Amino acid sequence: MHGRQSKGGAAASPIKLAVKDLRISYGKAVALQGVNLEIHEHEIFGIIGPANAGKTSFLKALNRMDVFNTGMRVDGEIRFNGLDTRHLKNVYALRSRIGVVFPLPVGLPMTVYDNVALSPRWRGITNKAELDVIVQRCLTRAALWDEVKDRLGALGSLLSGGQQQRLTIARALSQEPDLLMLDEFSIAVDPVTTMRIEDVLKELRQEVTIILVTNLVQQARRLADRTAFFLNGECVEIGVTEDLFTGEVKDKRTRDYVEGRFG
Amino acid sequence: MANSTTAPGAATAAAFDRRDFDWYVDKAVQAIVFVCGISAIIFVLGIFVFVTKEGLGFIVNHMNFHEFFLTPYWSPSDADDPEYGILALMAGTASVTGLAMLVAIPFSLGAAIYIAEFASGKTRETLKVLVELLAAIPSVVWGFIGLVIMNPLIIKWFDVPVGLCVLNAGIILGLMAAPIMTSIAEDALKAVPDRYREAAEAMGATRWQVTYKVVLPAAKNGLLGGVLLGVGRGFGETMAVLMATGHAVNIPNSIFDSVRALTATIAAELGETVVGGEHYQALFTIGILLFLVTFVVNLSADLIVRGIRKG
Repeated sequence: MHGRQSKGGAAASPIKLAVKDLRISYGKAVALQGVNLEIHEHEIFGIIGPANAGKTSFLKALNRMDVFNTGMRVDGEIRFNGLDTRHLKNVYALRSRIGVVFPLPVGLPMTVYDNVALSPRWRGITNKAELDVIVQRCLTRAALWDEVKDRLGALGSLLSGGQQQRLTIARALSQEPDLLMLDEFSIAVDPVTTMRIEDVLKELRQEVTIILVTNLVQQARRLADRTAFFLNGECVEIGVTEDLFTGEVKDKRTRDYVEGRFG
Repeated sequence: MANSTTAPGAATAAAFDRRDFDWYVDKAVQAIVFVCGISAIIFVLGIFVFVTKEGLGFIVNHMNFHEFFLTPYWSPSDADDPEYGILALMAGTASVTGLAMLVAIPFSLGAAIYIAEFASGKTRETLKVLVELLAAIPSVVWGFIGLVIMNPLIIKWFDVPVGLCVLNAGIILGLMAAPIMTSIAEDALKAVPDRYREAAEAMGATRWQVTYKVVLPAAKNGLLGGVLLGVGRGFGETMAVLMATGHAVNIPNSIFDSVRALTATIAAELGETVVGGEHYQALFTIGILLFLVTFVVNLSADLIVRGIRKG
């Protein structure tokens, strides 16, 4: 029940991401259509909805990972910091501004240190002392530093699941992203670690904009300022999160879903 | 374990205690595949025993270790004073194999990276089929290319009297080994899970950065294993090497010198020897040496590749 203070403030801050008439399809199958939304700077924007709602496809469209999925087609307009992401010459530059945390933790098969130093190195930082500072800062912010500070040379892929997920978050932070997207980050993580990561996210909203895709409605309620409800490839409702639970809802299905009366 | 007609009630107990048709089929299949599997081991052991038996007489009775390994004079048909020094033959095999690897490693690594990381869809599938076709070209055809095409080209381009030399055989052998090494290297790259690539690309990495920083380090054991198998292939190759080296006993000073390989010596001379004679046994001793080296190379390649699967 924290972080509700920006209820009014979020609307006033500048728009980080604007999506217009978004339609995502795989061949003839439409995964998501008719999405229009705006995400403001420094807000946590939740996306809830059952499986096959189009949540993950939505994230993939945002950072142009559609090129990874042959057959995935994205129509409509996505503006990131006001720039049209559909017509970029350099998608790599766009992706480097967006941190992604996947449902299953991905510790890259290199040391813990290298996992976090990878992106800074790609940005051209080679000074060891400078990298040390970045690595420590990112791991600390991801609530992992205390557990791994004595084994930074261990393989990232050999950490426990919860640690790998926090390593993934540290790696995403090392990109110094404008936008952090988390896709059901807690499905492979124990409840205690989940709560620790949630605390981390609450602090991070001071610095980055966060999109939190989750299938735990209570997680969205705990964290998100505003939340969108996706269902079967359409965006049913967008609103201040608490309103979805207790206030007015435009669509009855939203209330049914958040209260678990669905199916 | 009856899995078909288990009747309920009292019949169940009887069914649990009855060996049915499926049970016998299972046992029969187990026995057949066991024989197939074990026969490979038996054949390899049998060949090793045969080669050793034929060569052992020479090792015990005639072989002078110093002469055999450290002198370059190979004249087994000299009736009065036959000489059995394989230093020049080893130098021939080593120089050709070494040059072949210099040719094959960059080619096959590049091809594997292109196929596994950069090409997509039809290009990738077409290339894979073509590479496998290349691997299926018989070695005598490669030898023929060395003899008929490479030979005059080397004479013309480098202005040397003979074009059958280390360079010729090295290039031919390199081209022969490249498709197999490409296939193995590509398998090693494909074994790297896609989620690593996806995670790295999501960070804004270009394809090359992903390949160089994430995929290649993760696949390095498999790649090394592929290279070693290529070395084994080059070491044991006979026909192409026989045709393209010039087959002259010689420690090479340059890549334009003709040499003779261990394998080619066996192939060329075995038919003319007296079965069981000294020369015959000396050739089998070379066979033992080749067997051991190839075995060690392949075994270490296998261990290295296995290492990555576990790690």
